[in-house]
Amino acid sequence: MDYYRKTGIVLPVVAVLLSVTVMLRAQDGVPEMPEDTLSEVVVTADRIREIVPAQKLAGQQLERLRSNSVADALRYFSGVQVKDYGGIGGLKTVNVRSLGSQHVGVFYDGIQISNAQNGTVDLGKFSMDNMEVLSVYNGQKSDIFQSARDYASAAALYMVSRRPRFREGKRNNLNFKARSGSFDLIDISALWESRAGRWLSTSANVEFLNTSGRYKFRYSREGGYDTTEVRRNGDVMYVRAEAGLFGNMPRTDFMVKGYFYWSERGYPGAAVKKDYGIALLNEDRQKDRNIFVQSAVTHRAADFYSFKVQAKYANDYMNYVMPPHSTVQPMDNHYWQQELYLTTSHLFSINRVWSASLACDLQWNSLDADGTEMFNANFIQPRRLTVLSAAATSVNFDFGLSAQASLLHTYVHDVSKRGMETAGDKSEWTPTVIVSYTPWKNAGLSIRAFYKKIFRMPTFNDLYYVQLGNRNLRPEYTVQYNVGISYNKTFRNAWFAGLRASVDAYYNTVKDKIIATPTSNQLVWTMVNLGYVEVRGVDVALMPSMRFGPVGVTVMLNYTWQKAQDFTETKKDEGYEGVISTYGDQIPYVPVHSGSAVLSVSYGTWDFHYSFVYTGERYMLGGNVPVNYILPWYTSDLSLSKVFSIGKTELGVTAEVNNIFNQQYEVVKWYPMPGTNFRITLSLTI
Amino acid sequence: MRIRNIFLLISILPLAAVQGCRGELPVLPSEPVEVNPWDTVSGDICGFYLLNEGNMGSNKASLDYYDYTTGVYTRNIYGERNPNEVKDLGDVGNDIKIYGGKLWAVINCSNYVEVMDVQSVRHITKIAVPNCRYLAFKDRYAYVSAYAGPVKIDPDARIGMVVKIDTATLEIVDSCIVGYQPEEMAVVGNKLYVANSGGYRVPDYDSTVSVIDLVSFEELYKIPVGINLHRLEPDRYGNLYVSSRGDYYDVPSKTFIIDTRTDVCTDTLHLLPNSNMTLCGDSLYIYSTEFSYLTNDWTVSYAILNTVTRQVVTRSFITDGTDDNIQVPYGLAVHPVTKEFFVTDAKDYVSPGTLHCFSPDGRRKWSVTTGDIPAHIVFTHKPLIPLEK
Repeated sequence: MDYYRKTGIVLPVVAVLLSVTVMLRAQDGVPEMPEDTLSEVVVTADRIREIVPAQKLAGQQLERLRSNSVADALRYFSGVQVKDYGGIGGLKTVNVRSLGSQHVGVFYDGIQISNAQNGTVDLGKFSMDNMEVLSVYNGQKSDIFQSARDYASAAALYMVSRRPRFREGKRNNLNFKARSGSFDLIDISALWESRAGRWLSTSANVEFLNTSGRYKFRYSREGGYDTTEVRRNGDVMYVRAEAGLFGNMPRTDFMVKGYFYWSERGYPGAAVKKDYGIALLNEDRQKDRNIFVQSAVTHRAADFYSFKVQAKYANDYMNYVMPPHSTVQPMDNHYWQQELYLTTSHLFSINRVWSASLACDLQWNSLDADGTEMFNANFIQPRRLTVLSAAATSVNFDFGLSAQASLLHTYVHDVSKRGMETAGDKSEWTPTVIVSYTPWKNAGLSIRAFYKKIFRMPTFNDLYYVQLGNRNLRPEYTVQYNVGISYNKTFRNAWFAGLRASVDAYYNTVKDKIIATPTSNQLVWTMVNLGYVEVRGVDVALMPSMRFGPVGVTVMLNYTWQKAQDFTETKKDEGYEGVISTYGDQIPYVPVHSGSAVLSVSYGTWDFHYSFVYTGERYMLGGNVPVNYILPWYTSDLSLSKVFSIGKTELGVTAEVNNIFNQQYEVVKWYPMPGTNFRITLSLTI
Repeated sequence: MRIRNIFLLISILPLAAVQGCRGELPVLPSEPVEVNPWDTVSGDICGFYLLNEGNMGSNKASLDYYDYTTGVYTRNIYGERNPNEVKDLGDVGNDIKIYGGKLWAVINCSNYVEVMDVQSVRHITKIAVPNCRYLAFKDRYAYVSAYAGPVKIDPDARIGMVVKIDTATLEIVDSCIVGYQPEEMAVVGNKLYVANSGGYRVPDYDSTVSVIDLVSFEELYKIPVGINLHRLEPDRYGNLYVSSRGDYYDVPSKTFIIDTRTDVCTDTLHLLPNSNMTLCGDSLYIYSTEFSYLTNDWTVSYAILNTVTRQVVTRSFITDGTDDNIQVPYGLAVHPVTKEFFVTDAKDYVSPGTLHCFSPDGRRKWSVTTGDIPAHIVFTHKPLIPLEK
């Protein structure tokens, strides 16, 4: 799209819709959704659009990937590493450009999901069932009409769930899905959307999933051992329910949304050498209950002024059990987290070229816990107040130059409910500058660059976890520099329908990295600000789309080259002969080369999909020495789907085969991944 | 048309790549490093084995060997000598000892004791012992301390045990319940002393040493000593040195002395924090890495105690400043003949560690990279036979 074109009116839209809109405008991500599915969502939001587009997966493209979870879908983004602790129920975290998973802000329907306890969001817990858009931003979303928290992470993942929309004359949408396949999977969901009057609509969505998580895996050495084992204690059961009320009035948009998630799962653990006649080795169980209610109101008060108010309350419970009959330390810990969040953002459209915004967020987090006597005696019951204030301005010149600058102030104050000593207050200023230049109006070429400095606060666990935490920790800082070029062109009436391409080069540093370090034995660790990492990388994306009569073909290619080196001071060797230095080694689990390829072919009501993910050789923790080497892995997935129309009812059938070559691989060492697996999905839309 | 072909090619390329075989990881060869070609064999000690613990969950327990006849240190010798042993040595090597012609290794988190031929390091058998910790030998039997005793005695915290293994049949013949989370053991006369830590029962640490009669294999009584006990080292005069790790908060690490004639704790050395110790003659070499959660800081110290006078002879047995470069001392051994000594550095526990060899006067002779968390050293009188190529 043209970055310099101004169309005038800014329709007030909620944050959610904004993201959708941006997706509909189809910038850098993947091919647009077909027009017919969008026609009912009519929004123009050109003035508050992003200067630098994100990587996006949306609509049909996202659906075609048939991912198990959000984490699986993220494998198709460049510069993104997904850590998958083997299996269906295992922890899945995302790391963008090697900054560390705690630097990635995860947003659901416009508001960040936080985990004050450990700073990471387990993406394995987010269902793809009702997901409409996934987008990943390096730096931050370059849209200035946003909350201060949107400026506050080094990279951001936005998940946007489906918003109701209706075909002409329809007042209700009903959708039922049933899914089954390998690992004894049963997954059923129902969605009901209803239009209530001219401005209002509601949506309700329920999902139930159960899987044994059992699969065979094989470990072998050339000329050596060869063993096949079964991944056990990987079962998951969850119930998810969401309900929303959406209002779309001429000057005001609002949304209220409730979310409920309950799950019980086993943690299969590392598949290290075990099991010589001794049962009950890995019996760790985890229960989760997450509830949140969030609301957003956007109001266009005048042509030059709009504001947005968002609020959220989240209440999370987690129970982790290592039963006493396991051979290791018994544990039965309960954690309760609460969050209250309120934000207002104000957009001032000063003239055609210049706009500015102010945002202020208040956030309160608490963590309570119950565990062993020792744990309870030394647990401080932390509470944290965070005040975020952001000022941002953006300019969009007619000659193709757009720029945005923002300054974020973060104030953090911790207290202990039990009056125990906490970390000192933090007050930090962090800037970002983003520039984009489109030299020719119709050439489809633009150049972009950004600089961003941001930090992550030490989490409650980092600071206060009993027998681990260190309240003297400083924030962990990242600095990012990025330059890139993108090309985006569509050709009408030609078999070659369009091409989107981009290349970005970046240099990141992570300073005062918070890492766990042992003290006197394997049982006694603490947290320190020790690590220093430099990351140099290039992300390349290429997305041609073609049309051969009734056959549409889209291809999505991503490649990432990344050198992420550990220059931690303590890794410097003393120069003793015979001692190997690991200073400057590639950090664990970051491949130098990685990429993905996706081919989608559609013909009438048929859809065929092939995807390929490649992760190059990596090293596990502890330096680039032979014993830490991990083989590259690459998987190929196929899916075929067809939609049958019976009157106004649509029945969709999808069959999938994943990891078709049955590659035995690991993303994290000793956490084996599933081999070939199958799934079939039936979907009924009324 | 040409462009179309290119895209077709791009789409097919990954498929083609998959058709090619990824290959399997080979059995990793050992890594010999010549560290000290000038060394000679002294006495009847021709080398030593070093067991690397490997961080929990990483399955990286590994075995290294140093050969005094060649001055070559060889990393990771187990895999290539036992390629068919699934997942090599396993997860967390916790103790190593030689008894008769066999090399015994306790693999803690893999829950077994590995028995090898001492000269070929060929696997003989594995003996399953849940959460096994340390080894001791007397006459025909091997004794293994283990955290995971029977569940039914205390359903909330599993009591510990000592397992008795017949070294001829290599089978478990008996077991004896001791305290909570038992650690090192020592044989004095016909009694087996077991240090109980209670490390899983924080803050209710165990504070006793169990005394087992080796004839009946029953616990006679428990000697109250101090909290969170770990190491045991008998001297030549019937005294047993016991280390306490403290609670990492208010109670510091200390050294205790038990008189084994009366089985009473007779002495407390308050100013001798103790993480690990080894006896050579009348010199007890000790290092300590004492951590406090109150200050979030740790203090490393070294000392030699004279077991006759019970006085600290020196507070720094490393004399050339090398100790400044040791992040976390983790293993300690003294050559019984030459008195040269070894200190290992576990660094950040996830990187390869370092072994430093010092002359008896405390100056560094050589250093070498080991596996992860180099910890346990055992000297051997029988040389390791080189692998036939």
